[in-house]
Amino acid sequence: MTVEIKTSTLEPVRQTFANLERRFGDKPASRYQEATYDLQAEINFHYRPLWQPDKELNDRSRTAVAMADWYDLKDPRQFYYGTYVQQRAKMQEQAENNYSFFEKRGLPEHLSDAVKASLVRHLIPLRHVEHTANLNNVYGCSIGFGTSITQALLFNGMDRLGIAQYLSRIGLILDGNSGDLLTHSKQLWMQDPIWQGMRALCEKTLTVQDWFETFIAQDLVIDTLVFELFYVQYDQWLNANGAQDVGMLTEFMREWNRDNSRWIDSVLKTAVAESDANKALIGQWLNDWRGRVAEALAPVAQELCGGTASLEDALLALDKRTAKLGLS
Amino acid sequence: MSKVYLILQDNDVSRYIVEAVEEDNPEVTVIYQPAMIRMEQENLMVVKRETVEEKLGRDWDVQELHLNLISLGGNVDEDEDRLELSWVL
Repeated sequence: MTVEIKTSTLEPVRQTFANLERRFGDKPASRYQEATYDLQAEINFHYRPLWQPDKELNDRSRTAVAMADWYDLKDPRQFYYGTYVQQRAKMQEQAENNYSFFEKRGLPEHLSDAVKASLVRHLIPLRHVEHTANLNNVYGCSIGFGTSITQALLFNGMDRLGIAQYLSRIGLILDGNSGDLLTHSKQLWMQDPIWQGMRALCEKTLTVQDWFETFIAQDLVIDTLVFELFYVQYDQWLNANGAQDVGMLTEFMREWNRDNSRWIDSVLKTAVAESDANKALIGQWLNDWRGRVAEALAPVAQELCGGTASLEDALLALDKRTAKLGLS
Repeated sequence: MSKVYLILQDNDVSRYIVEAVEEDNPEVTVIYQPAMIRMEQENLMVVKRETVEEKLGRDWDVQELHLNLISLGGNVDEDEDRLELSWVL
């Protein structure tokens, strides 16, 4: 008996969901597309929200920025829940290794008292800034429009909680898990003059109504400046002052920033290129917040890195970044 | 004149590689077969890391191509930025 093996091609009746077919044509869609496009309800709402009766539950007009299609603001990392969690789990595994190595080798003992004091005074209070960043991003997620941007904002919000926890871990490593340094650094945050500008600014950002303005203020202006000052300049200073091991503990933030910047740059580039009105509006917000954030960071920047930190360099980095986005 | 070809498993990653190849090689013929995708073109075909990364949304090592590779035909010239298949040069 002979067996003849044949293959026959079965054409699937449809390649993907109808909404994706309308957008991208009849071809297999990626998981990102399936888990992103047109997910948020846009029509047929039942009631208007009691807290804002002039708008629908999901409403485009909660920001002055206008997009013909909000789903144009896609995420170049193509994060949906699954890929996001996988990616972050990988990063966290790495960070956990670094932290346990740091503790196992007793590296905190090699830090001088001056460096330790500086970490408590300058780095650990940043966890409160991260907490604000969490609230600001989740705010955008809750009232933003279009799943492509709102899901990414939520992921960003979760990342910030993670970063705040890593900063707290640094405090716990230094104080032998007693939590005293965290209490102390909170006091600095609440009372020390160098942090009051930043604390006021953080609270101010929480009161901004327009979620896209919050996004500009937080994810573009504050984040760029804070990153340049604390994770670039301050890191270099730590390196030069015998505390290079601390870099292991902040590596997560640097890696995260690289990943996150790609997303923010791509979103802003698209939003700015959409119309001149968007460009003008975003440019105006940028200018406004650039001034305010610089002012708020000035006292701490003056003291950072033993007085050698340069807010001007950080602002230069911000300007360079925004020029690339078509905002100058 | 003969064709170089690249055959990949039909899965979620390959789809982006095919998209990248289509973009970098406008002349390419893509043939969808059961569970595999065959791409062929006269003389020359190139897979560029940069384009695949853009489509895939993450860093991509050219060697990762082998995870989904079924077969290929042509002389291979590979470096860290691209994989090139060719017959006569």
